[in-house]
Amino acid sequence: MTAFADYFVDFQNVWLAYNDELLTQNHFAVEDINLQVKQGEFIAIVGPSGCGKSTFMKLTTGLKKPSRGEIFVDGQPVNGPLKISGMAFQSSSLLPWRTTLDNVLLPLEIVEPYRSNFKAKKAEYEARALKLLQSVGLSGYERKFPWELSGGMQQRASICRALIHEPKMLLLDEPFGALDAFTREELWCTLRDLHAEQKFNVILVTHDLRESVFLADTVYVMSKSPGRFVVKRDIDLPRPRDLEVTYTPEFTNIVHELRGHIGAMRKEGTHLGQ
Amino acid sequence: MNQKQLETWAPWGLLVATLVIWQTACSLFHVSEFVFPSPLRIWEQMVEYRDVIAGHAWRTFWVTMVGFGIAIVVGVLLGFVIGSSRLAYAAVYPLMTGFNALPKAAFVPILVVWFGIGVGPAILTAFLISFFPIMVNIATGLATLEPELEDVLRVLGAKRWDVLIKVGLPRSMPYFYGSLKVAITLAFVGTTVSEMTAANEGIGYLLISAGSAMQMGLAFAGLVVVGAMAMVMYELFSLVEKHTTGWAHRGSQNH
Repeated sequence: MTAFADYFVDFQNVWLAYNDELLTQNHFAVEDINLQVKQGEFIAIVGPSGCGKSTFMKLTTGLKKPSRGEIFVDGQPVNGPLKISGMAFQSSSLLPWRTTLDNVLLPLEIVEPYRSNFKAKKAEYEARALKLLQSVGLSGYERKFPWELSGGMQQRASICRALIHEPKMLLLDEPFGALDAFTREELWCTLRDLHAEQKFNVILVTHDLRESVFLADTVYVMSKSPGRFVVKRDIDLPRPRDLEVTYTPEFTNIVHELRGHIGAMRKEGTHLGQ
Repeated sequence: MNQKQLETWAPWGLLVATLVIWQTACSLFHVSEFVFPSPLRIWEQMVEYRDVIAGHAWRTFWVTMVGFGIAIVVGVLLGFVIGSSRLAYAAVYPLMTGFNALPKAAFVPILVVWFGIGVGPAILTAFLISFFPIMVNIATGLATLEPELEDVLRVLGAKRWDVLIKVGLPRSMPYFYGSLKVAITLAFVGTTVSEMTAANEGIGYLLISAGSAMQMGLAFAGLVVVGAMAMVMYELFSLVEKHTTGWAHRGSQNH
């Protein structure tokens, strides 16, 4: 097992069927996933909708157990919810009766070891949350309610909530999908800076190819039914990356190349369908 | 006068208009007070019998509040159980719907056999008629939880109980207060109906005895009083609702 400890996330021939019936029919949501992610690596997973990206997230966080194969995270086999991970989704799902600050603090009321001393150390945790909110440009909005914030601000708060317990791994499921193009690019930069500063692992699920190339160290392309990883593409654009990089030929070429893979898959899909 | 003020005063205007038309019709056509008393006649009777009416009204009020109190406790507990467990929901819900379809007035004779004439049947009828909306609303609030939020919390090791306390219960509060408004008016209906056959005191009893003595003015006065009490309690609970769960009414603040 020590051999795999070099990798932070390690999937070994992972298959998942949603229930026993589907398993006996050999009908899998994701098939034969092999994935090795280094410490601090930022990976993005792209693919058509319904290809099992979200299933992959549930496997990584231990919310679902694989039908076959094994998953290791941080050198340990995954068998149960993985508290070292933080999650954020397309909908910010902030609680409307809590202020932004209290929403960000919510995980600390639940996860150990913070939970036991939450009341005693509340001031310290609040200071931490305020600092985090400040780092994503939300100072001045701590005492506002989520419904008083714009969509982009809600998403920033949602990412803060995912990071407040200092997870080693951040999982994002199309977090910027519902935002307008300008806000989205702003949040790319916010995420880039948070990652550069705190060095956690990121798994970003998206169907925005530019987003994946701009942010990730490695992009994986997933195929639809069966959900498989079909392409692995290292993004060797130098860091720190500026938004300007998205207008360079190197960048565009990579996006084009990935687009080609997805286009080919979609064509295949229609042939199979006929 | 702007639109908002107009809306505030509209119900009072309508009330006055109704009274005026009612009074005019009664005076104009010389309607006998034994058939349909005029508002003035009802007012006279109300003043004349104010002590009697006040006594009966107080009885109806506290009986209703006791029944309503039991309804809150039972409704919240049952709602919590069936809202937090799918199995309990599947088991309890169909039976409860069937029970709710029964006319509660039909329980009164049975309750009289068990508890005799008096407060017992009235309290229980008020309770039986008003706990259902409370239970359903608590259960609905608890059962609706976004799957994403559940994932966010579960990955942190949240137990079912944590999710219920931190998310489900606060989320069901607007539903709860909304249901209290409906339930309190129903509770008054329950008490009055029960008092009509199974009590020697209360507005329901007053209605029956005034009716049989052909004192229509007094009977109508009783109706007005019970209606006024229900309305005041309704307004009270909508005030409580607005002040405790403002986040759920944010839409109205923007306009």
